[in-house]
Amino acid sequence: MKRLISVLLENEPGSLSRVVGLFSQRGYNIDSLSVAPTEDKTLSRLTLTTVGDDHKIEQITKQLNKLIDVVKVIDLSEGVHIERELMLLKVKASGAARAEIKRCVDIFRGQIVDVGPTTYVVQIMGESTKLDAFIEALGDAAILEVVRTGVCGLLRGEKSLKI
Amino acid sequence: MELLSGGEILIRALSDAKVKHLWGYPGGAALHIYDAIFRQDKLDHILMRHEQAAVHAADAYARVTGEVGAALVTSGPGATNAITGIATAYMDSIPLVVISAQVPQEKIGEDAFQEIDMIGVSRPTVKHSYMVKRPEDIAETIAKAFYIASTGRPGPVVVDVPKDVTDPNNKVAYKFPEKVKLRSYQPTTRGHSGQIKRAVNLLMSAKRPIIYSGGGVVLGNASEQLRALARRLNYPVTNTLMGLGAFPGTDRQFVGMLGMHGTFEANTAMHHADVILAVGARFDDRVTNAVDRFCPSAKIIHIDVDPSSIAKTVRVDIPIVGPCDVVLSDMLDQIQQADLQTDEPAIGEWWQQIDEWRSRHGIYTQSRYEPSEGDNIKPQDVIKTLYKVTKGEALVSSDVGQHQMFAAQYYLFDKPRQWINSGGLGTMGFGLPAAMGAQMAYPDANVVCVTGEGSIQMCIQELAACTQHQLPVKIIILNNQALGMVKQWQDMQYGSRYSHVLYEDSLPDFVKLAEAYGHVGMKVTHYDQLESSMEECFALKDRVVIMDISVDQHEHVYPMHVAPGSMRDMWLSKTERT
Ligand SMILES: Cc1ncc(C[n+]2csc(CCOP(=O)(O)OP(=O)(O)O)c2C)c(N)n1
Ligand SMILES: [Mg+2]
Repeated sequence: MKRLISVLLENEPGSLSRVVGLFSQRGYNIDSLSVAPTEDKTLSRLTLTTVGDDHKIEQITKQLNKLIDVVKVIDLSEGVHIERELMLLKVKASGAARAEIKRCVDIFRGQIVDVGPTTYVVQIMGESTKLDAFIEALGDAAILEVVRTGVCGLLRGEKSLKI
Repeated sequence: MELLSGGEILIRALSDAKVKHLWGYPGGAALHIYDAIFRQDKLDHILMRHEQAAVHAADAYARVTGEVGAALVTSGPGATNAITGIATAYMDSIPLVVISAQVPQEKIGEDAFQEIDMIGVSRPTVKHSYMVKRPEDIAETIAKAFYIASTGRPGPVVVDVPKDVTDPNNKVAYKFPEKVKLRSYQPTTRGHSGQIKRAVNLLMSAKRPIIYSGGGVVLGNASEQLRALARRLNYPVTNTLMGLGAFPGTDRQFVGMLGMHGTFEANTAMHHADVILAVGARFDDRVTNAVDRFCPSAKIIHIDVDPSSIAKTVRVDIPIVGPCDVVLSDMLDQIQQADLQTDEPAIGEWWQQIDEWRSRHGIYTQSRYEPSEGDNIKPQDVIKTLYKVTKGEALVSSDVGQHQMFAAQYYLFDKPRQWINSGGLGTMGFGLPAAMGAQMAYPDANVVCVTGEGSIQMCIQELAACTQHQLPVKIIILNNQALGMVKQWQDMQYGSRYSHVLYEDSLPDFVKLAEAYGHVGMKVTHYDQLESSMEECFALKDRVVIMDISVDQHEHVYPMHVAPGSMRDMWLSKTERT
């Protein structure tokens, strides 16, 4: 099962490599990873997606908590949460395809953020499944380049990951 | 406030962190630090002959004293040599601080001479690590390193110190922090009272209970509490390889070590148990055999200070996260206060059953191997003789192999911190430097390294450091002319195809070798000489003695788990299995 894990981390040199190292060292997968400092510059917030059964996720959260630099860990997928990912795509856009792509972008509530003579750069935001669906809708032939930020997320409601 | 250079601060901070002995080896990047060592006399630096050995010695010092061990190595090759030592300490959760010198910061990343990314290389083998960037940060970093190494589940911490940070011309104010606090690290100090209550109820209702105690009881100084609880309950106790001595080896309630080479009675009792109280143990694969067949009827209570140890390999019914000593004494308090009673008739029957197992296949009720005779000395008898000659009171370190298992089985450790071995990583070469660390901590004690002719050659260079620092350890080589443990597996699983476990007459003359280093060498080839030679060896109080004892080359260690299988599936001899 896909899981979304959120980690509050000391913003120290090397702390990210400890998290990433833990995953490879213990044979856990990371499917996506996003990380940046929070409003408190001494802390980073890291969101990662991984797959595993309950037993594996329990071990992952315990092992993460064991890292000295990790302040807090939550499994977002356990509660009601919001997740978002941003994707930029460079697509072939000439002739009739230009209008076609524009329509598709509109349906997915995306934006065309750069226009070239034969290309568009498209921006799409949403849950990962929506981004996947957009890629599928467009088809491989049209796509020149894709870059995704990885998922970030937080819990709905009043509960928050803070120290 | 006093102004000191980074090098001076480092050494002062180590002293203020209560380090008495620093095990190390110098080099270019560490020169400023070594100059600071030269100009003080509080801290005793012990020059070893290899960084691996320096770390092992510091590690063993920590194991026998319960204090934090400390080692100092230079950058590059010094740092990489230290890795095996650090990994050994990590796998056994030993509190240790290793200072590695580093090239100056402006050179980092340039593949400078003797540059290695020590933080990166050591990362999977440390509890935590720091690189110090300014002399002002040294004292606090050292304080944090010692705090992290020694609290919660202990472990090694690396502090990497670039050369410019220790520059003698850059002096800054020194103050050692009295207390450190880390917002991201707060080890548990108590067990959950509700869980403890549930555990006590389960424990009291048990009909076939067993207490399975591990290295965490030794490290957590919980041996006394364990003994008190076990005695109050009159339940059988088994210790892991790392836990030997936490419960006395000579106690009636002790059923021996469990696991791959555990006793028949310990493994069989585990298999049939209805309640297992696991304390400071981690259900290691050398204990459990196949996890899906592990103790099918047992409800498991697991006490451990590290939550990630709980339910890692085996499901647990009642987890309790907390320090072993505190949790065990809370349990005992509850039992005493409510005057709870065990199911005495059931426990009586259980003991009858265990005693029957003991007399059937136990290694302590009867000798289960052919007796030594003439020039055929059995390795088991060497350990028994060692036990007798040292009155069971020696500090015993070991290397890795058959000799280690024989020592674990036949030297009955009555005290925690008496048995020093690399259980988790299984590091050959650990034994001699470990004995040195123990001897430094207890100069008057009998310290013995039980080793094999294979293992001893992995840190043999330290014989020189024994001379220099007057560490009169006794080295008992169970010389079976082979990498015996590997050979045993080749016998059992590879049709006795002895691939690279024999030396083809290339073994050194250990007597001459001892003498070359200024020590005493003895060769024992007859069983008749064994005890008297050993008496002679231990009478040489101030000397290092190597006893090269020729033992039966064909002996195997038994019992041995049949894998994959359950706890009770064992080979009892070359021909007999359960
Ligand atoms: C550094 C290291 N290399 C390899 C091994 C694998 N190994 C385990 S036991 C053993 C044989 C040890 O031989 P010896 O020291 O003579 O002990 P014996 O088993 O003969 O008593 C080997 C090679 C190890 N544990 N450590
Ligand atoms: Mg051998």
